[in-house]
Amino acid sequence: MITYALYFAFTCFGAAFLCNLYRIVSAPGVADRILALDTLVINSIALLTLFGILENTQTYFVVAIIVAMVGFVSTVAYCRYMLRGDIIE
Amino acid sequence: MILELLISAFLVIAGVFGLVGSFGLIKLSDRMARLHAPTKATTLGVGGVLIASMLYFSFSAGDFSFHELMVTLFLFLTAPITAHYIAKSHIHRHLEPKDLPDTETDRGWASFEDAADHDPAHDQIDRRRFVPQGASRNGVADGSTQ
Repeated sequence: MITYALYFAFTCFGAAFLCNLYRIVSAPGVADRILALDTLVINSIALLTLFGILENTQTYFVVAIIVAMVGFVSTVAYCRYMLRGDIIE
Repeated sequence: MILELLISAFLVIAGVFGLVGSFGLIKLSDRMARLHAPTKATTLGVGGVLIASMLYFSFSAGDFSFHELMVTLFLFLTAPITAHYIAKSHIHRHLEPKDLPDTETDRGWASFEDAADHDPAHDQIDRRRFVPQGASRNGVADGSTQ
């Protein structure tokens, strides 16, 4: 049963990933593109965790932590560049 | 059996929330409304996946750990910060001070404080923001009778 629920979740997050990719390509403004990239990172964290459950290994969990941290820092840096024209003043 | 049911339920609910969050990013019309879908629904979806992962590794594999809760906590802490920054950059780039509601204080919107110093079109904000000479906000410095 867990396997089928996993496949369902994989389908959902895969479709969400495609939605985000479409949004990155066709974003009407920079703020939308940043938002789509941030959501892409969060969805990739979910996909990594799901893959870890499917493979029954904790290795992908460490990858998820690193992706979460890098995603947060890069989103804040991008927004800050939009706001101030500079990242570290 | 009950545990399997619980993990499966978490996974299915999380998948639905994740899909709704990313679909809302495309579907919603206003940019400020679009900010709601990913930052709330997707964060909840990822939280569900991580809780399902924690339950699975605790009881199926036998080693209980709070690792997953750490990532969940990290995401729940950082999602409002990213949403705030994206809203600020949207206000900065796409909105004018007249589009925004009044702050009901002496100061205008913080996002426009730098722009107001250079752009004469923002004079109205300037007058509201700067307290005139001789008048203080609490009415003590100039001795006026409020």
